[in-house]
Amino acid sequence: MARVGTVSATKLKKTATRKMLLLVATRKGAWIYHGDAARKTWQADGPHFLGHIINHIVLDPRDGRTLLAAAKTGHLGPTVFRSTDLGRTWKEAAQPPAFKKTPDGKGRAVDHTFWLTPGHATEPGVWYAGTSPQGLFRSADGGVTWTPFSHINDDPRYIEWMGTVQDGTPDGPKLHSIIVDPRNPAHLYFGMSGGGVHESVDGGATFRPLIDGMEVVGGFDRTTVAFHDPHCVRICPSHPDRLYQQNHCGIYRIDRPSNHWVRIGVTMPHEVGDIGFTMTVHPHDADTVWVFPMDGQTVWPRTSPEGRPAVYVTRDAGQSWRRLDAGLPASQAWWTVKRQAMTADTFDPLGLYFGTTSGELWASRDEGGKWACIAQHLPEIYAVEAALVA
Amino acid sequence: MKVHIPGALRSYTERSETEAGGTTLGALLADLERQYPGIRFRMVDEQDRIRRHIRIFVNGDQVFALAHALDANDEVVIVQALSGG
Repeated sequence: MARVGTVSATKLKKTATRKMLLLVATRKGAWIYHGDAARKTWQADGPHFLGHIINHIVLDPRDGRTLLAAAKTGHLGPTVFRSTDLGRTWKEAAQPPAFKKTPDGKGRAVDHTFWLTPGHATEPGVWYAGTSPQGLFRSADGGVTWTPFSHINDDPRYIEWMGTVQDGTPDGPKLHSIIVDPRNPAHLYFGMSGGGVHESVDGGATFRPLIDGMEVVGGFDRTTVAFHDPHCVRICPSHPDRLYQQNHCGIYRIDRPSNHWVRIGVTMPHEVGDIGFTMTVHPHDADTVWVFPMDGQTVWPRTSPEGRPAVYVTRDAGQSWRRLDAGLPASQAWWTVKRQAMTADTFDPLGLYFGTTSGELWASRDEGGKWACIAQHLPEIYAVEAALVA
Repeated sequence: MKVHIPGALRSYTERSETEAGGTTLGALLADLERQYPGIRFRMVDEQDRIRRHIRIFVNGDQVFALAHALDANDEVVIVQALSGG
């Protein structure tokens, strides 16, 4: 297979002069880790919002200084916090994501905002948010006010595909993986657990399912949108016609304009399988992605298979996979990595980062060749984002 | 009237007790929102339902409806209920 979307190392090295942050969202607050130029030492800044459930914290790449954090607590309703000084001060959104009020008062209510995506480079101030229960929201003012976006929150077909709270993940069904095509702000994707992958080519005026080729749990009908459970979908920045997906039922790739997902996880080692939650794409090489397999057998333990955590990489778009576990515990490590908790930077060589359900933050400065634990004893980690600031 | 604020909401009020007015619980919460922007949505969802782990007592009795009538001499206590670990 021909390699696609590869960028020269000379171009990559230009990013090395910028400052590196890791944005860590946890079940009990958020931390910002400031890295040195070599990415060898990390200084912890936090906790921010101690005691808050932070599902996602994201830097606006368009201005390099605005942070949004999706928050709630055990007692209080959901909100979004915003900082324009890299977390020194925070201000709450004036109008957090919320569904329309129904006349009978029996409508849906946002339990938590789960996913944040900055809008297109040509649309400063635009952000998208995905919630639990599943809803899609948009802000046009940098996250200060949010409104329901597109038809899907009230569309009877979409409501059916979203299912009920009982059909979702243990802490509620999620709308996630909101993707803006870097070539076209009107070309959007999102995923729902459960409820499939969906695409819009008209700026969200209409969405349609994109599920052909995706498998569902044995015995169910794969043509039923509601049965599909994508865990994480990523677009390749260097080749946006290609997307990868970690699904409840395998690892997939799609090359547009094809509408057919190909299960590339069948080439994973049989004893490991191709179940997991994360999907990390190489920012400059569309043939390279990393996954973090978990045990999805029997009662779905959601742990590393056999207590031996490892990242797997493909460098040929899924034809083959290689285990990357140097530096990781060799046995008796029963944690795993959630869908937003693994990410990459854009340095050369590229750095990889993941946060665990046991509160450890791991990093690799050589694309996964060797791993080092850079923080431990944090609360359960929900999301990790790598960010470059000027 | 006097309103007792639970610890989880004191980042808004910066005090454990405040004054707010209204002839109904809904109007009282609207007045709290006017004074402390953002506080209402943390207690009441977009369908006007009091959130699962928030309890509101008026003169010692728990109330559930935003239409509940209030008197200027009532004492309102907002409580954060148990919500797990």
